[in-house]
Amino acid sequence: MSSRDAILARIRAAVADAPEPPPVTRDYRTAHVDDDHAAVVDLLAENLADYRARVHRCTEAELPALLARLLTDHGSRSVAVPPGLPTAWLAAAEGAEQHLDDPEQPLTARQLDAIDSVVTGCRIAIAETGTLVLDAGPGQGRRALTLVPDHHVCVVGSADQVVASLPQAVPLLDATRPLTWISGPSATSDIELDRVEGVHGPRTLEVVLVG
Amino acid sequence: MRVALFATCVNDAVLPRAAIATVRLLERLGVRVDFPEQQSCCGQPQFNTGYRHLTEPLVRRMERVFDGYDHVVTPSGSCAAMVRDNYPRIGAKAQAEGRGDELARAAQAVTPRLLELTEFLVDVLGVTDVGAYFPHKVTYHPSCHGLRMLGLGTRPLGLLRAVKGLELAELPGAEECCGFGGTFAVKNPDVSAAMGADKIANARSTGAEVLCGADNSCLLHLQGMLRRQNSGRQDAPLRAVHLAEILAATETTPWSPA
Amino acid sequence: MSGTYLGMPAFPQAAKAATRDTRLRANLRHATHTIRDKRARAVGELDDWAVLREAGKRIKDRTLRHLDTYLLQLEEHVTAAGGTVHWAADAAEANRIVADLVQATGETEVVKVKSMATQEIGLNEALAAEGITAYETDLAELIVQLGDDLPSHILVPAIHRNRGEIRDIFAEKMARWGRPAPEGLTDRPADLAEAARLHLREKFLRAKVGVSGANFMIAETGTLVVVESEGNGRMCLTLPETLISVVGIEKVLPTWQDLEVFLQLLPRSSTAERMNPYTTMWTGTSEGDGPRDFHLVLLDNGRTDTLADEVGRQVLRCIRCSACLNVCPVYERAGGHAYGSPYPGPIGAVLTPQLRGTTSAVDASLPFASSLCGACYEVCPVAIDIPEVLVHLREQVAGQPGHRAERAAMQAATWLFEHPAALAAAERAASATRALHPRRLPLGPAKAWTETRDLPQLPAESFRSWWQHHHTEPPTPPEPTS
Repeated sequence: MSSRDAILARIRAAVADAPEPPPVTRDYRTAHVDDDHAAVVDLLAENLADYRARVHRCTEAELPALLARLLTDHGSRSVAVPPGLPTAWLAAAEGAEQHLDDPEQPLTARQLDAIDSVVTGCRIAIAETGTLVLDAGPGQGRRALTLVPDHHVCVVGSADQVVASLPQAVPLLDATRPLTWISGPSATSDIELDRVEGVHGPRTLEVVLVG
Repeated sequence: MRVALFATCVNDAVLPRAAIATVRLLERLGVRVDFPEQQSCCGQPQFNTGYRHLTEPLVRRMERVFDGYDHVVTPSGSCAAMVRDNYPRIGAKAQAEGRGDELARAAQAVTPRLLELTEFLVDVLGVTDVGAYFPHKVTYHPSCHGLRMLGLGTRPLGLLRAVKGLELAELPGAEECCGFGGTFAVKNPDVSAAMGADKIANARSTGAEVLCGADNSCLLHLQGMLRRQNSGRQDAPLRAVHLAEILAATETTPWSPA
Repeated sequence: MSGTYLGMPAFPQAAKAATRDTRLRANLRHATHTIRDKRARAVGELDDWAVLREAGKRIKDRTLRHLDTYLLQLEEHVTAAGGTVHWAADAAEANRIVADLVQATGETEVVKVKSMATQEIGLNEALAAEGITAYETDLAELIVQLGDDLPSHILVPAIHRNRGEIRDIFAEKMARWGRPAPEGLTDRPADLAEAARLHLREKFLRAKVGVSGANFMIAETGTLVVVESEGNGRMCLTLPETLISVVGIEKVLPTWQDLEVFLQLLPRSSTAERMNPYTTMWTGTSEGDGPRDFHLVLLDNGRTDTLADEVGRQVLRCIRCSACLNVCPVYERAGGHAYGSPYPGPIGAVLTPQLRGTTSAVDASLPFASSLCGACYEVCPVAIDIPEVLVHLREQVAGQPGHRAERAAMQAATWLFEHPAALAAAERAASATRALHPRRLPLGPAKAWTETRDLPQLPAESFRSWWQHHHTEPPTPPEPTS
């Protein structure tokens, strides 16, 4: 018998006499905040900042100048760009050399390691947990792109992308896509269970909330 | 209302003052208390050490002895928790082992009527101020079974706050176990003692003269450590005292050390 | 990890040494108390915590009841998405599968995400025996690996080390494994994290094979989920060409929606965060993004035995958050190593004896390594009644040979409690001789008691005797005041 069949048979024998457990209940809250979208966006900003992300807010018109300033302030001379990023976003970022991650000829991990920053959008953001979710869609790029450079600027392009809670977020996401959930910069609690920011992932996370 | 006292084996044989105090307190509050003399032990030591089958005759005994009483009151959170949490399990396991529902029925008969002392005072009698007088600084250790299994909540502290003359000091780390744990105290003596030492250090840090609890098995362990520590100490000794003794004390019949 | 748990002494002996180690005690106290308070705050933010906990419990119970169905669904969807599913009945088979997969790539090193399942099966040692080096990349696992040490906590395996000790380990040992620690390394946590970043970066960039576990696997989609903080997980899951995930069969969840429950329960219970910094979710392989080759090794290794135990099976709900360790007064004083397995603390005391059996000295002692205070059950996000399982396992151990004296004592106690007249006589005899009772005794349980505690002074008379001789009915029993 294969191990597969053996394990399945053991499972069936183990629970053969077990009663049917009570039905799953989902009477938990769909959100822990009031249904006030402006307040939800404020909560997102607050929770991101609480975990040491740097949060900026601007209008769509102000976005190119803001992104240019963030790259300059970080001292970035190079920036990785995912396919599908709106061209206007980096139109003013003249100080940083742009490296498009071309699917035909993707940047290698070592190339990414030599690039100072990456600018992306995101799929959605979750206010209660201060979370950005990237699903590798247009303007977000593959997972390595937002991982290897030390400075990640993530744009939440419109307030419509912000949801309050996990129960609101999960149904919006497509499980078949590779997903990265980001809640603040890389951190660790491994030294005396005290949280410090900055280990392997980007040590600086800047979030721009547009709108 | 027919009320019986379940004294518990530890209180009966080793620390009778708590059981005597319980009787005096309840009688002062106008409750007539019986002590059915065929009672002995709830079986917790056997059960928690892994000898469930040796507990079974004691489940039947509890049911027999306390049959016909409206309430069975015990000055012990852990014995109350044993009956309430584990008697139904003992019954269910016997059933699962194909031995019928006799034990389950015995457990079902006694379980709902067994109350820990502070539950009886607050929930049944509806009193918080029992008219006690205890002019000492006291800190309260809410033993785990009372705190987490019975959910005694604010009952003990509410009773203590109403005691005339009593100064209540908050115990740091109150919800932490004292390290007794029945046979744990002898199977893991070093960890048990380390936990007890921390509990006592926390109690001493409050400046209290009395470390009060509602569970004499925990107090047995703590008092044993205190006696060892106190020998040779110059400062005022801390002593462990059962809540019932404090609530039983009045201006006319004041508490006195053993 | 080159250390081994083999031949560990029984829990009380190992714990004895730990309780005397003042530095260890201070490290553990500091760390567990820090996280304890934070967890309470993070959980306190959600006023529906009890409801979420019940949902989590029920989802897991339902999954376990129909585990065969969900594993087959999972297999179907992982396979359809380009992954390969392997089934391993035990540790040896899992290790063999992983070693063969690595060897098929021609590589001799792998980078690892922190994983309890691979600790459990001793994967690193098995790979080393095949000439394959496994690099641990989680900061705490790195500390343990460099220090030639053993993990002592589920979430923070190096919890027994303070910042000064970590600094010394990095300064002394990093060079042997790759890039040395920076000159003049301080014990500031940020500097230590930076040293780990520099040390591991080169390994991430060149790695061709990654090895991971998973926190959750979604049956209806074939998705695997890894939650982490540092980004080492993302590195291992994303950069290599081949990814091998070894996951216990109990980690499957039926539906995608179930994540909305568990991603609320886990981070707040574990690191006391609203959400951990990084979560990676992948389904098979994705064109142009991440590993081209994905293998899932489904691990039994004692889980089906646990599933067959009607009381013990609730332990399979565990999501490895470690909240129970952080509130456990025994863990805090005994440390993780005393538990003799990668699963320490209350959950280890119920999981290890079920996965490994209770034949060794340490495994047979684990169900007794608890005062049954119930703090673990109170914080468990999936409501595992650990004290209930501990007592259940005690029964199993007490039925094994070697408990004759204890059984006889328990039988004698029950006999006495069944004969109250004899009990009364024994009480009278004890009281009559009480002046002769020593405060310390030389042998057995009495010795264990009296090393640190006086025996109680027996009363002049028992309560029973007082009742018979001194109790008088109140003159006019009034009606109660209720």
